[in-house]
Amino acid sequence: MAEKRTIRVLIAKPGLDGHDKGAKVVARGLKDAGMEVIYTGIRQTNDAILRTAIQESVDVIGLSILSGTHLSICEELMEKMRKENLRDVLVLVGGIIPKKDVGRLKEMGIAEVFRPSSTLSDISRFIQSSVSM
Amino acid sequence: MVDDKKTEKKPKRVAVKQDLRETNTGAKVQLYYDPTDLPGFAYETSLGNPGQYPYARGIYPSMYRGRLWTMRQYAGFSTSENTNSRFKFLLNQGQTGLSLALDLPTQLGLDSDDPLARDDVGKLGVAIDTLKDMEEMFDGIPLDKISTSFTINSTASIILAMYVAAAEKQGVNPSDLRGTIQNDIIKEYIARGTYIFPPEPSIRLIGDTIEYCVKNIPSFNSVSVSGTHICECGATPTQGIAYPFLTGIAYIQEVLRRGYGIDDVASLLSFHLIAGGVQFNFFQDIAKLRAARRLWAKIMRERFHSQSEKSMQLKFSTGGMGGGMTEQQPLNNIARISFYALAAALAGSQSMNLPCFDEAYAIPTDEAIRTSLRIQQIIGYEIGVPDVADPLGGSYYVEALTDAFEKEITGEMERIDAMGGILRCVEDGTIQRQLAEQAYRVQKKFESGELVKVGVNRFRIDEEDRELEVFEVDPKTLSRQISRLKQVKADREQAKVAAALRGLKSAATEKTNLMPFILEAVKAYATVGEIVKTLKEVYGEAQHLSVF
Repeated sequence: MAEKRTIRVLIAKPGLDGHDKGAKVVARGLKDAGMEVIYTGIRQTNDAILRTAIQESVDVIGLSILSGTHLSICEELMEKMRKENLRDVLVLVGGIIPKKDVGRLKEMGIAEVFRPSSTLSDISRFIQSSVSM
Repeated sequence: MVDDKKTEKKPKRVAVKQDLRETNTGAKVQLYYDPTDLPGFAYETSLGNPGQYPYARGIYPSMYRGRLWTMRQYAGFSTSENTNSRFKFLLNQGQTGLSLALDLPTQLGLDSDDPLARDDVGKLGVAIDTLKDMEEMFDGIPLDKISTSFTINSTASIILAMYVAAAEKQGVNPSDLRGTIQNDIIKEYIARGTYIFPPEPSIRLIGDTIEYCVKNIPSFNSVSVSGTHICECGATPTQGIAYPFLTGIAYIQEVLRRGYGIDDVASLLSFHLIAGGVQFNFFQDIAKLRAARRLWAKIMRERFHSQSEKSMQLKFSTGGMGGGMTEQQPLNNIARISFYALAAALAGSQSMNLPCFDEAYAIPTDEAIRTSLRIQQIIGYEIGVPDVADPLGGSYYVEALTDAFEKEITGEMERIDAMGGILRCVEDGTIQRQLAEQAYRVQKKFESGELVKVGVNRFRIDEEDRELEVFEVDPKTLSRQISRLKQVKADREQAKVAAALRGLKSAATEKTNLMPFILEAVKAYATVGEIVKTLKEVYGEAQHLSVF
C-alpha cells in the first residue's frame, strides 16, 4: 500500500484587505494537523493565487475573505480554475460570509464555507475527509 | 444543550488571600486585595486628582461633567452622497463626532477605475478619488462645527489635504478644523496591512503631516496611534499599550529631528486603545488604561523633559473591536459591547467607538450601529456613570493592577528597544511572528474550552437557522464612482494637475515637507491614485511579509 502523502494547502488572502490574523491562525492550525501549508501573504490577485497553487501543486486552496468581496472574487477564481483544468483542487472559503451567500458560493464550486463559528478542527477534519489521497 | 456541572461536594478549604487564579488573559490574581498590596502608594504621586499629574484619574479636572466622551460609530458607505446622508442621520441621532471609514482602494492609493480596485470600491467605506468626493461628502455639514475622525494611514496626508481644501471651499478657516487622522503606519505593517511605501519614507510622510498640523491646524490630532488592531491580531493587553507608545515615540522623534520641541508636537498625538476585544478582562482593561495615562505622563516629563501639561496628558479613544463578537447567539454581543463601553467610561476614555452585534455576519446594519450608539448613551445619560471621575480609583485591586500594568508595559517597551526598537522589530517580522503565535494560542484555548466564550464553547443552543438582516452595499457604487471620476478628470485643468504632480515629485526627491505640494495637487483635482503613483516613483513599495 502506498504511503500516505502529506496534504498540501495554500492559504490565500485575495483582494485588498490586510486583516490576516484568521488566515495565519488557520495556516498554523493546519500545519499542526500535519499538512504542508503555504501562506501567500496579503493583497493577492486571483492570477497570483492560481500561479502559486499550480507551482506548489497544492490539494487545497483556502481563501480568507472578510471584506464583503467574496462573491466576485470566488466567481472569477473558479472560472479561471475551470480554464486551467484544476478540477481536483479543493477550494474553501473562510471569513465574514453572510449565510445567504453560502449557497451561491457552493454553486460556484466552493467545497465548503467556514464562517466565524468554525473551529480549526472543523476545517482540518473537512480537508482530511475531502482530499482523496 | 446541558452544561455539565459537578455535583459532588468539594472538601472545605480555607480561603487564602494569596491563592492565585489565572485570568482569561493569563495574569495571576489574588482572592482579594488590601493595603499591603500597594507598597509605596501615595495619593499625590501615585494618582493625583483628576486633571493633575500623573493623570491616573483622568486628564481633565471635571472629567465627564465637563464633557462626555465623544460618541462615534465607524461609518461610511459606498459613495460620498450615501455617506453624506448616513452622517446626517447619525448627527440627527445625537452622535457628536463623525468617524469615517474609507474603502480599501482609497486606503491603498488606488483610484476607483484601477483594475485592482474593482472588487473593493465602496465596500468597507466610502470611495474617495478626488476633492470632489470630499466636498460632496460634507455638503451641508459645516466643518467648523463637527469633529471628524478618518481611519486612514498611508494616504492620510492626501485625505487631510482634501479635508483642508473642502473646508476652505466652505469658507471655513482650516485652523478651526477638529478631528483626527489615524496616520499610524507602523501598526499597518504589523496588523492591518494598508501600507504602500517602505517604512522610512512612510514615517517621513507622517512627520510632514504632524509638522503641517503644528503650524496650521493646532487642534487637529495628526496621528492616532493605534493599539486596537494589534490586539485583534494577537497582542497581549500589555503589548497593546507598549507598542503604540513605542510607535508614538518614533513619530515624535521624527519631528524632533526637524528642530521642534517636545511641547510643539506631543499634544498633537492621540491614541486609540483597546477596551474589549478577543481577550477582554473588565478590571484589567480599566487598570491598563489608567496605567497607560500615568506612564505616558512620566515618559513625557522624565524622558522628554516636557514642560507642558498638554503634552503629558494621554488623550485616547477606545475601541472594542469586532473580534470579540460571536456569530452564535448574536444578541449576546450587545451585553459584551455594553461591558466594553462601561470599562472605557470607567477608565476615562475621551471617545468611544464600539463594535456592533452583527459584526460576525457582515458590515453592520443601521440597527446594529444605532444599538451601539444607544449603549454609549445609556451609560452616558441614564445610569449615572459620568457623575464621578475615576470611580474605581482607590480600589485595592484596581490600583494593584494599575501598578502591575505600568511595570509590565515599561518592561515590554525596554525589551523591544533592546532588540533594536519598534521599527526594526517590525521590519524583520519579529513582532508579526510573535503576535501570530499568541493569536494561535488564544484560538486553541477557545477551542479546548480553556477560555470560556458564552454561547460558543459554553451554554450553547441549537441555532441552525439563525439569519440576521445584513447590510448590502449598493451594487451601482462602482459604475457611479467611475463615471464621477471620469467627469472630474474631464472638467479639470490638465496642465495644472501635471505641474502639481511634477512639483510633488521633485519635493519628494528633495525630502522637503510634502504637505503644501499635496495640497496643491488636491486642489487641482489630482486623484489619490495619481498622487500615490507619483510618490511610488520616488519611494518604491513596501515588501509583504507572510510569516505565521
